Amino acid sequence: MEKMTRVSTINGRTMFCHLDAPANAISVCRDATQVVVAGRNIFKIYGLEEDGFVERLNLRVGRKPSLNFSCADVMWHQMEENLLATAATNGAVVTWNLSRPCRNKQEQLFTEHKRTVNKVCFHPTEVNMLLSGSQDGFMKCFDLRKKESVSTFSGQSESVRDVQFSMKDYFTFAASFENGNVQLWDIRRPDRYERMFTAHTGPVFCCDWHPEDRGWLATGGRDKMVKVWDMSTNRVKEIYCVQTFASVARVKWRPERRYHLATCSMMVDHNIYVWDVRRPFIPFATFEEHKDVTTGIVWRHQHDPYFLLSGSKDSTLYQHMFKDASRPVDRANPEGLCFGLFGDLAFAAKESLMSAPASAGDVGRKTYPGGDRRYPIFFFKKPDVTEQFAQVSSALSVFESEADSSAGMDWFINTAQSYLLSGKPFAELCEHNAHVAKSLNRPQESTTWTMLRIMFSEPANPSLSTNHNLNKSGNLPLVNSFSMKEMSGALNERNKENRQDNIHSLETNLNNNDENEETEGSEGQAEYLFVDDELDDDELYSMEHDNQPAEESEYLLPQEAFPLRHEIMDHPSAPEPLQEKQESPHVSGSEAESMCLTPMESFSLISVSQQLFSPHLPPKFFCPIVKEMLCYYAEQGDVQMAVSVLIVLGDRIRKEIDELMQEHWYMSYIDLLQRFELWNVSNEVIKLSTCGAIMCLNQASTTLHINCSNCKRPMSNKGWICDRCHQCASVCAVCHHVVKGLFVWCQGCSHGGHLEHVMEWLKQSKHCPAGCGHLCEYT
Amino acid sequence: MDVRDAAGRWDALSSRDASSRNAAMELIQQEVIKKIESIGPMPDPQCSSPPPTMDDSLSSDLNALLAHVLMLSKRCPYEDVREKCICLLQRVQDVGVRIPRPVGNGPSRFIPEKEVHRVSTPLLSQILQVSKLDERTQSIFEDAFAVLGRLDNISLVMGFHPQYLESFLRTQHYLLQMDGPLSLHCRHYIGIMAAARHQCTYLVNLHVNDFLQVGGDPKWLNGLEEAPRKLQALGELNKILAHRPWLLTKEHIERLLKAEEHSWSLAELIHAVVLLTHYHSLASFTFGCGITPDIHTDGGHTFRPPSLSGYCVCDIANGNGAQEDMFGNQQVSESSGEVEVLMERMKQLQECRDEEEASQEEMATRFEREKTECMLVVTSEDEECVPSRDVSRHFEDPSYGYKDFSRRGEHVPTLRVQDYSWEDHGFSLVNRLYSDFGQLLDEKFQIAFNLTYNTMATHQGVDTSMLRRAIWNYIHCMFGIRYDDYDYGEINQLLDRSFKVYIKTMVCSPEKITKRMYESFWRQFRHSEKVHVNLLLMEARMQAELLYALRAITRYMT
Repeated sequence: MEKMTRVSTINGRTMFCHLDAPANAISVCRDATQVVVAGRNIFKIYGLEEDGFVERLNLRVGRKPSLNFSCADVMWHQMEENLLATAATNGAVVTWNLSRPCRNKQEQLFTEHKRTVNKVCFHPTEVNMLLSGSQDGFMKCFDLRKKESVSTFSGQSESVRDVQFSMKDYFTFAASFENGNVQLWDIRRPDRYERMFTAHTGPVFCCDWHPEDRGWLATGGRDKMVKVWDMSTNRVKEIYCVQTFASVARVKWRPERRYHLATCSMMVDHNIYVWDVRRPFIPFATFEEHKDVTTGIVWRHQHDPYFLLSGSKDSTLYQHMFKDASRPVDRANPEGLCFGLFGDLAFAAKESLMSAPASAGDVGRKTYPGGDRRYPIFFFKKPDVTEQFAQVSSALSVFESEADSSAGMDWFINTAQSYLLSGKPFAELCEHNAHVAKSLNRPQESTTWTMLRIMFSEPANPSLSTNHNLNKSGNLPLVNSFSMKEMSGALNERNKENRQDNIHSLETNLNNNDENEETEGSEGQAEYLFVDDELDDDELYSMEHDNQPAEESEYLLPQEAFPLRHEIMDHPSAPEPLQEKQESPHVSGSEAESMCLTPMESFSLISVSQQLFSPHLPPKFFCPIVKEMLCYYAEQGDVQMAVSVLIVLGDRIRKEIDELMQEHWYMSYIDLLQRFELWNVSNEVIKLSTCGAIMCLNQASTTLHINCSNCKRPMSNKGWICDRCHQCASVCAVCHHVVKGLFVWCQGCSHGGHLEHVMEWLKQSKHCPAGCGHLCEYT
Repeated sequence: MDVRDAAGRWDALSSRDASSRNAAMELIQQEVIKKIESIGPMPDPQCSSPPPTMDDSLSSDLNALLAHVLMLSKRCPYEDVREKCICLLQRVQDVGVRIPRPVGNGPSRFIPEKEVHRVSTPLLSQILQVSKLDERTQSIFEDAFAVLGRLDNISLVMGFHPQYLESFLRTQHYLLQMDGPLSLHCRHYIGIMAAARHQCTYLVNLHVNDFLQVGGDPKWLNGLEEAPRKLQALGELNKILAHRPWLLTKEHIERLLKAEEHSWSLAELIHAVVLLTHYHSLASFTFGCGITPDIHTDGGHTFRPPSLSGYCVCDIANGNGAQEDMFGNQQVSESSGEVEVLMERMKQLQECRDEEEASQEEMATRFEREKTECMLVVTSEDEECVPSRDVSRHFEDPSYGYKDFSRRGEHVPTLRVQDYSWEDHGFSLVNRLYSDFGQLLDEKFQIAFNLTYNTMATHQGVDTSMLRRAIWNYIHCMFGIRYDDYDYGEINQLLDRSFKVYIKTMVCSPEKITKRMYESFWRQFRHSEKVHVNLLLMEARMQAELLYALRAITRYMT
């Protein structure tokens, strides 16, 4: 089919011309010599000459401006060079034939759509087939030889934003929707789509089939992401994901470059980016010529990767030469930053930047220069000549927290006193306890409480406060994904981690990769290093509990650690991660990670789009994990945590755990509490426990033998009236009122009264307030 | 009155845990008794006259307390608290202290609290009283109560549409309480400014309280000139946005952003713009539904014994004559069959759409005609309504009002939705500068636009999308926003004149809404449906204002 008209004929340079009005879309004809520009007030054809654009034809004819000319999209037929189609904002689909002899080239007008038509698309090989997608939710297929559409496809949902015929499969086309779905259709079966999947949160503005790889579809959405999907398998799989800087309006694969695609944005950002999907953090190349948003991009020739045409709202039409593009990589300093589980911080940067000796102020900083192989974890990557990325050698610093010097057991007492175990709804309890743990500098416990709240709060009722805290939790090191901010071709890039916990998780990843620590670049993709510190995993690794938390404030990173360019600031793990994480307010914590992970074929987590941990998982789902966590805490000696969680969770978890084990925990905790003389807390715990054996601790020796304060004889019957002298025995010796509530009395003379009154009295006198002359003693 | 202290006291009542509510209730009871005791044993109001100054402050304290208890007895979503409050009030009355009673009946003047009981359709079984609610509404109310410690009348009226209410409350909560570029008291102050622009006493009072509670400087409340320069600068934006948003240019934005030490940051500005538009449209809703003052605020309750004469205080405060009530029912009889006619028209439009294809010019003129016609829809009372002094101090230039979009002479270009729409453009801008908020707004707009129960008055299974779209587009048309793919002839078919009057009044000068207007459109429709219409109007208005503001900001940025 594709005649290899080899591209040597195309010459040119970066050039532009002014249009009279903002452009909405552009398209080139097959032989790459002409381009059509369409917009609300413009519809013209320009010739591409060696040294500039030449206006060839103005298709906007007639005196009265018709809305049919107001184009949202335009497409030049790739087989028939005289044929064009436009999508009008009023819902019309118009075809134009340049070979018509008169000035008005309009050939056919289809007004079947009720709303704006967003996209038209000719079949790549079939001359007379045209497809349109509209705001009204319908796609229509037209046969240009007929006056009406031949078939109508209903998306059953919201507006269609883009339709694209597959390059390789004759009958297939893809449609993207405003509600985030992408559907695959068979042109012969208008009754039902073949496949549907949710690609983005929010509208999917565009999609593009890979010109070479059958079944690869790139989609771009308002959520600022470009995703590449593999449709060739049974289950649609997300294979690459690029996080861009603004909503993605168009995406186009670069010809002859398997992994490259160009994007432009709909708002805010005016540049055109060319990405290597395998290196999703920094654009491979950038074109920065436009002064307003770019609305249309197209590669000039389908086999030439060096010419890109673009139209823009700033009323210019550009031809960009690839060699003139700016390469952000050249100006960037590769860096990586990651929080460890206990608040440690690892930071890797280019060696040349790290050369300054560690100053005295850097407490707990360890440095590992690049190329040092003594440490257990490092990466070594084979250079890949086809990737045009610079290679960088980086050095790693780990900022460790100091061991908590004021060890003691203060934290135990404080925690015991401040935890709330009952009296409030579950979510509030968890929240409170998380705060307590945090203020006592125990981030792991704090995070545990937060996780528990998320897991067990009712998803059906995403209350205001839940929302609130979910957002907040973005700040916690709850979900850390560590990724080397790559762009190095990384021959020498080595990353070392010295922390044991990190090693654990790394090893897990490495094993996933079927590789041991001597990882020698697996087809050039293993340069991302993930330390998946998500809390669920905490319990799986046996860690030393004694590694107490860090004070993050101690670590002032060198200023240059955060490159001030905005490209890098938008990286998901850069300092403003909230934006990305909060896109979908309802995601449970564990989902948030899938957004910032980047693809690695062998790493299964990644192909998961948000649905895996839907917020509707029953709480039961988490029980095994929670159980494991409780055991972990108990084993670490932190029986306090285990019991507190047990009480707060109550019935949610109780049945999962062995009764004897529970009893054992309770006993240990109560014992500890009593040693620290925390009688109130210990009593509360006993009261709240559900084990029979524990509860009866409270029932033992509950009798109190007392004497009447008047006649000094033992009181035999119940109540406070002495049956001998018929006086009320519980009169306060100071104020002479009957005491209700706390009553304190001297065991020597049986006189006593209100606690505060007696205390007050004893400050002044050692004698009994009743005047009996006894030198009272209170314990 | 020490607002903060008082607030702390009520907090525990909003807990979901019954026992802690109980404890809090206990405390309040003690507090009340203590107050009563401290005033002195003077059950007989005639004879005793203790030192007057002392007594005044004490008794006003007590009264505020009692008013709050009264509010709880009516509005608290928890049954136990309501009962206890009623008991408490009863006890207090038995002691001989005057207790307050609510003014007016129910959260809205237009919607009778009682009448709604009688209707038996499932939709309307959610009534305007907190006592009988379905589960969903109940839980939303509980959430709202937990966050705010009160259930305002706006939420109660919106309770007709729980799905929307939920989204509304979430958005408002995020806007006022969550992380954002502006400090808390600034947010409330901007809310006050915006509501004052429409002389909405209800919202102003609500936020004056909140403003003080979060530690705002009471001096600011004396008038805009006492507020910091930075906020003063916002006055201009407030004015234009409220009345003629299409006049907003990037120069306005530039003036705000480049004012040396008083300049705004982009993120702050977006936050402020959202706040302004939110409260402008909420003011529309407040007037449109005739929201009465909350029971515990001034004007929401009275200590006077009930008497037959006299209008509700709130009616006068809001500038609406209460005498409207008497004329209200006159025209009811003549309008039977209105619904059927409307449905018939909708069906016709649906059917004949394919046959009669209007030409392009025809479509263009239809928009222009609708545009000019909406100008001719004159709001009934055109006399200058002078804003009451205490509200107008929050803004400048009180004479500035809505002016029709298409006046002869000055031609402002139409905004085409296809060139600047919320979904494609506005959303991204908001989300970029005020993280996450775009998502919330987007959800709210969608829910408002798509909300339907497929009913019309007594008819079931009606597709109302056409009607909803006509209303939405009509409002946008009034603001000069055009949809290329919409046939504006439909509006004329579907919206009759009295409805258009109502829409225009509500959107452009909501303070002029009267009960008569509310009653004279769509007479056979249910109140819940009218509230639904109000929601549509409110959201459409908010979106229109936002579009202009965001477009100006975008233009400034490029």
